[in-house]
Amino acid sequence: MNRPIRYLAIACLVMFVALLANINYVQFVEADSLNAKNGNKRVINEEFSRDRGAILVGEDPVAESVASKDEFKFQRRYTDGRLYAPVTGYFSYVFGRGGLENSQNRVLSGSDNRLFVNRVVDLLSNKQPKGGSVETTLDPLAQKVAASGLDALGADTKGAVVALDPSTGAILAMVTQPSYNPNVLASHDFSAVEDDWRRLTSDDDQPMLNRGTQQILPPGSTFKLVTAAAALENLDLKPSDQIKAGSSLSFPGIQYKLTNLDRGNCGGSRITFERALNISCNVSFGALAGRVGQDDMAAQARKFGFGTDTLEGLASNPSRFTSEGADLEAPQLAQSGIGQFEVAVTPLQMAMVAGGIGNGGDVMRPHIVKTLRAPNLRELEKTEPERLSQAMSAANASQLTSMMVSTVESGTATSARIPGVEVGGKTGTAQSTADRPPYAWFVSMAPANNPKVAVAVVVESSSTVRSEIAGGRLAGPIARSVMETVLDR
Amino acid sequence: MSSQPTWVPRKRRGAEFFLTILAVLIGIAAYCAVGLGTKGTIPAGVAKLAGALIVFAVIAHLVVRRVAPYADPVLLPLVICLNGLGLAMIYRLDLGRTQLDSSRQEFANSQLIWTVIGIAAFAGVLFAVRDHRRLQTLTYTFGFAAIALLILPLLPVIGRTINGARIWINLGPFSFQPGEAAKICLAIFFAGYLVVKRDALALAGRRIAGVDLPRGRDLGPILAGWLVSVAILVFQRDLGSSLLFFGLFVVMLYVATERPGWLLVGGVLFAGGAWFGYAAFAHVKVRFEAWLEPFGDPDRNGQIINGLFGLAHGGILGRGWGQGSPQLTPYSFSDFIAASMGEELGLTGLMAILLIYGLIVERGLRIALTCRDAFGKLLAAGLAFSFALQVFVVVGGVTRLIPLTGLTTPFMAQGGSSVVMNWAIIALLLRISDQTRRPAPEISTFDRDEETQVVKLS
Repeated sequence: MNRPIRYLAIACLVMFVALLANINYVQFVEADSLNAKNGNKRVINEEFSRDRGAILVGEDPVAESVASKDEFKFQRRYTDGRLYAPVTGYFSYVFGRGGLENSQNRVLSGSDNRLFVNRVVDLLSNKQPKGGSVETTLDPLAQKVAASGLDALGADTKGAVVALDPSTGAILAMVTQPSYNPNVLASHDFSAVEDDWRRLTSDDDQPMLNRGTQQILPPGSTFKLVTAAAALENLDLKPSDQIKAGSSLSFPGIQYKLTNLDRGNCGGSRITFERALNISCNVSFGALAGRVGQDDMAAQARKFGFGTDTLEGLASNPSRFTSEGADLEAPQLAQSGIGQFEVAVTPLQMAMVAGGIGNGGDVMRPHIVKTLRAPNLRELEKTEPERLSQAMSAANASQLTSMMVSTVESGTATSARIPGVEVGGKTGTAQSTADRPPYAWFVSMAPANNPKVAVAVVVESSSTVRSEIAGGRLAGPIARSVMETVLDR
Repeated sequence: MSSQPTWVPRKRRGAEFFLTILAVLIGIAAYCAVGLGTKGTIPAGVAKLAGALIVFAVIAHLVVRRVAPYADPVLLPLVICLNGLGLAMIYRLDLGRTQLDSSRQEFANSQLIWTVIGIAAFAGVLFAVRDHRRLQTLTYTFGFAAIALLILPLLPVIGRTINGARIWINLGPFSFQPGEAAKICLAIFFAGYLVVKRDALALAGRRIAGVDLPRGRDLGPILAGWLVSVAILVFQRDLGSSLLFFGLFVVMLYVATERPGWLLVGGVLFAGGAWFGYAAFAHVKVRFEAWLEPFGDPDRNGQIINGLFGLAHGGILGRGWGQGSPQLTPYSFSDFIAASMGEELGLTGLMAILLIYGLIVERGLRIALTCRDAFGKLLAAGLAFSFALQVFVVVGGVTRLIPLTGLTTPFMAQGGSSVVMNWAIIALLLRISDQTRRPAPEISTFDRDEETQVVKLS
């Protein structure tokens, strides 16, 4: 009977080796992914009991951990919570994290590898581990001005403002309306947290959506900047060249005609390219899109950043020129050329378009994190400006810039005029469906020769009467005040 | 044949004493560390625990020294170490669980009492069973006792259903799992029965595709064993015991007959039983799905997920005694005590604990190898294998190597019947070991040749 017993011993050895291998897998290989799983109370408890690092705007913390007397020892506190919520995100015991609280969690909680030495020192000196801090690129004044601009349109306004520095890609303002108060979600009163979460997630207005980066909407006439860039790059057009205008654009064999807003005729059957942008002539840009062709239009959009998720650290969605694999008919291409049909963009993307044109055609990669610092303020990481792409040649960019300037000086975008500063801008009013108010857009940058700020504003709905809605009137003044604030510094 | 000077094994009782003291110190140190980790002070009850552990460990050692002087010297310290760690963890979980909810039942004291009873049972078995071969005469008595023990929980009045499994009986203030005792009775019964029947089961049969398959009529016993296992699954809803009994039986059959064909037959029957269980019982299906995809239904699979979270949170070095949150896992003190250990002692500590279990199995199989009589061999092999299978099934289930089935973690999990019966198993192994390593008694031999008369034939 000894032989089977020896085999039995081997079988037992195999079982124990399997157990040992498996716990090595669970506790070592898989441990990080298990620790990162949602609803892992052990990790949440531990993180909740940590002195979490602050999120800074300028010098001031907008999210910080303050001592509390309960079992968690620390309470997360947000200053101007609603204002910065789309950037800071939330830090909830019950529902996890969002925004920078989530994407920079390793630094904020102190578990980042670069903080390893700090952790060891804390361990040896028997101190509680501390988290590092995240400094954002936001300009607190620009942020406040942008938010009060949206507020001024009425309490039920939905919209977003994104401002960035075109030469670096640093995001200066990111405001969304309606917003939410992350202090409530960070509360240690979990039933209140659950009530608030239920209210926020069931709200049709989606207060937790970052409209600046996540929501893609038809851009309307602001997209004509992309069409104009494509025309300059591909058709060798000059701003003074005469192009097709008139009251409608018809297509052979099809009943449908592309018309102008308010049935106008753009002041003649042929006008200059520059004039067409100044007065936002649909017929001209529909025709231009047809001349450029779908492939080159899509390529131009891609060069500005369409189709890629360019922002790290915050939830964001790529903008699109067409849906995946679409083959546009002539009328659809013309509609796309004026920012309708399937074109859908984020305000961040439109700010990148305006900024890229002003920045000599160079689109910089947008970023929200300026520096990451250890608890002792040692710099862990600094975001360096990085060129995302060259959307157009410097010569063409400067021509398009002056066309944007004349649009502000004597076109549809006069509401963005700032005395003593050359401002370039473009309005947009995107009709969606008849039962919903149109989207009012405004994109601009200043000063035009070397822009320090590019802004995109979208107002989805407000208490303004339908006939009064126009990009220039609703969104223009907000863009102007944000630009003024940044330039005043 | 003349009487040769035979090799006399060293008793190594001194080594056993030293290791026993070391094992007790580990347990006491763990208990103190729990207090330091949770409250920053050494717990008040440490004197009671240390006293009880030291006194009864030394008593156990002295009993072995007295009645089984040649027994394996490593087994006793190993189980004392496991038992001490288990007591410390149960105390730690009492603190954590009552902090969550002050109405939770505390187990540390009763577990200490059960440990003392277990050591008493250990001594009792060593005193009562002076020669394990005497047990062979009681083969069928143990067989009937096993069946009676298995049926007890199904009886009205004393039977109790806890968490869907009807495997408990009420004895006054205590509840008891007779299945634990049935395991030992079955091992003795199988050993005795197979020693007698092994030749018939081993020799007759056909050879198909290189494997010797048994005759149809010899399939009776294995079918009976299978039916009993399925009956346990059906009537008691106890997946773990069902698997354990059947595995024990098939493996002992294989050891007795040396024919791998029985493993094949057993494997086919197991697959059939498992498929039947999966198809017929919702709770088996739930366990299986929780194993494949625990995060598919986080609410339903909360226990296994919590166990995995605990293991991951422990990481390589663990949180330290009293500094993790093992109390978040349901049944962290019994079924999931391995996960609790993994959380607070880390991968390192859990591997050490598994190695202790592995050593116990290795010592058991070594006893089976060196044992000189077939009954002792079979019994030791069966007990050692059932121990290994039990650890594999419960730890593998908790760590998601295999689907989760309810079995106790020997010597560590809270639960009186398990602790007492495992101490009895160790006593039986020590008894066989003592018998094996004891020098053969002097037998005066006669030279028969001289007595034989030379007969002239013609």
